[in-house]
Amino acid sequence: MADHEIVIAGFGGQGLLFAGKVLAYAGLLEGRELSWLPSYGPEMRGGTANCNVILSDTPVGSPIVQHPNVLVVMNAPSLDKYEPLVAPGGKIFVDSTLVTRKVERTDVDVFYVPATQMAADRGMHDLANMVLLGTVLRETGCVGEETIDEALRHVIPARKAHLFDANKAAIEAGKGYVSAA
Amino acid sequence: MKEKVLMKGNEAIAEAAILAGCRHYFGYPITPQTEVAAYMAKKMPKIGGTFLQAESEIAAINMVYGVASTGKPSMTSSSSPGISLKCEGISYLAGADLPALIVDVQRGGPGLGGIQPSQSDYFLATRGPGHGDFHVLVFAPASVQEMADLTGRALHLAWKYRMPAMLLADGTMGQMMEPVELPEEHEAFGTDNPWAAVGTGMKRPHNIINSLELSPERLEEKNVERFERYAEIEKNECAWEEYRMEDAEICIVSYGITARISRNAIVAARAEGIKVGMIRPITLWPFPAEPLLAAADKVDSFLCVELNMGQMKDDLELAIRCRKPVDLCYRVGGMIPTSDEVLDHIRALAEGGR
Repeated sequence: MADHEIVIAGFGGQGLLFAGKVLAYAGLLEGRELSWLPSYGPEMRGGTANCNVILSDTPVGSPIVQHPNVLVVMNAPSLDKYEPLVAPGGKIFVDSTLVTRKVERTDVDVFYVPATQMAADRGMHDLANMVLLGTVLRETGCVGEETIDEALRHVIPARKAHLFDANKAAIEAGKGYVSAA
Repeated sequence: MKEKVLMKGNEAIAEAAILAGCRHYFGYPITPQTEVAAYMAKKMPKIGGTFLQAESEIAAINMVYGVASTGKPSMTSSSSPGISLKCEGISYLAGADLPALIVDVQRGGPGLGGIQPSQSDYFLATRGPGHGDFHVLVFAPASVQEMADLTGRALHLAWKYRMPAMLLADGTMGQMMEPVELPEEHEAFGTDNPWAAVGTGMKRPHNIINSLELSPERLEEKNVERFERYAEIEKNECAWEEYRMEDAEICIVSYGITARISRNAIVAARAEGIKVGMIRPITLWPFPAEPLLAAADKVDSFLCVELNMGQMKDDLELAIRCRKPVDLCYRVGGMIPTSDEVLDHIRALAEGGR
């Protein structure tokens, strides 16, 4: 499988690092080479935050993703920052509830998912990240469907174990969503 | 093979220290290494160990001195500004010939600087962090696996040579997660330390732990003896990794996160037909001068890649006795070069060589 070089970016508090952790853990369960690198510091308290995840079949060199082939954006500044950096042929996933502008690049695949609205409609506030993750899983196949459940169980902290079903439902909603483009 | 787990670099340090037998941790929180302390705070009480958040970095390093005096392994961790504060204590540890582990997860400086990754404590670490003539062992991990492995090695060698050891990481290494195979539980050091101050049982003379020596003759002897030990270490404990050096015309020298970035640049440059390789120091003191000098006979030029203004470049030029030109690729202040930036430097060197 080709390397997946993933950037998930948005505001602190949107669960960007968490979504990346689920992917990283699934990669671990599949025995792949991987790295997970978060932004850290004051941006975690509301500024622009991001996480870089690399899933590969060969040892990971730099954990810093320079040209993502999978970009997930949950706010407008992140789209502005990362759109020019996406590798040609890459895939961009946009939370279209929060980002109103369209992607200008024509050499990439774009998926507009109203993830924040979809999560709110289902009473799953704060799970827009998982809705987007569902669409990412369907479109990239970066990790297997069956490993995601186990990864979720590992990554959700014990005191929040009761939220497994909601996370799972959010992923399913994202998998089922077909972008109007 | 043991199962791999997913851990942050900072957590891997903490777990590896515990597995190596360390039961005493003293620290004071600072970004980007706070996860070391957080992990210790959670785990130490459960295994009969001590986690203590000291009132300051200075207090923490002196608590390490206290435990080290009893022959038991102890450690502290901090980031750059906190390491400056610990320097007095590190000098005292060196003067009293005490083993200890100090972790520096570097951030941009000088002063309070920033909180993003840096390698600007290279001089501080490798020139003996504190006053007086001394060295500490310095290890530069370039993966979460090495964060774990080198923690155990640093503790082991600190005890073997009775001197402080420093793990010199950076914010990226501390914060990133990678799969890691944790080391087996092992005693990294002797349980019987004849020098330790643990009570005489009225059966032997007192062991005195002290760095004060008012007789110049005796103090000179101690300094000279210490440097004989350092010579042994320079002979036996240098560690490095070579990558694509078999036919290299350009040799990158880099450690930690910048070595990882350089690796990507080397792959890209090789695809363009440029013969470039890397010698990655794993120990920064002792500095692996021998393989670098050997490489100087084969390559046309060197490229030093660092997150500082070229601190290791000095050591590199000394090691190769200035036989070949050394170029520098750097970013500072918490900025990190992209692999494209490193690749541009490689291309320029390749052009110049033709």
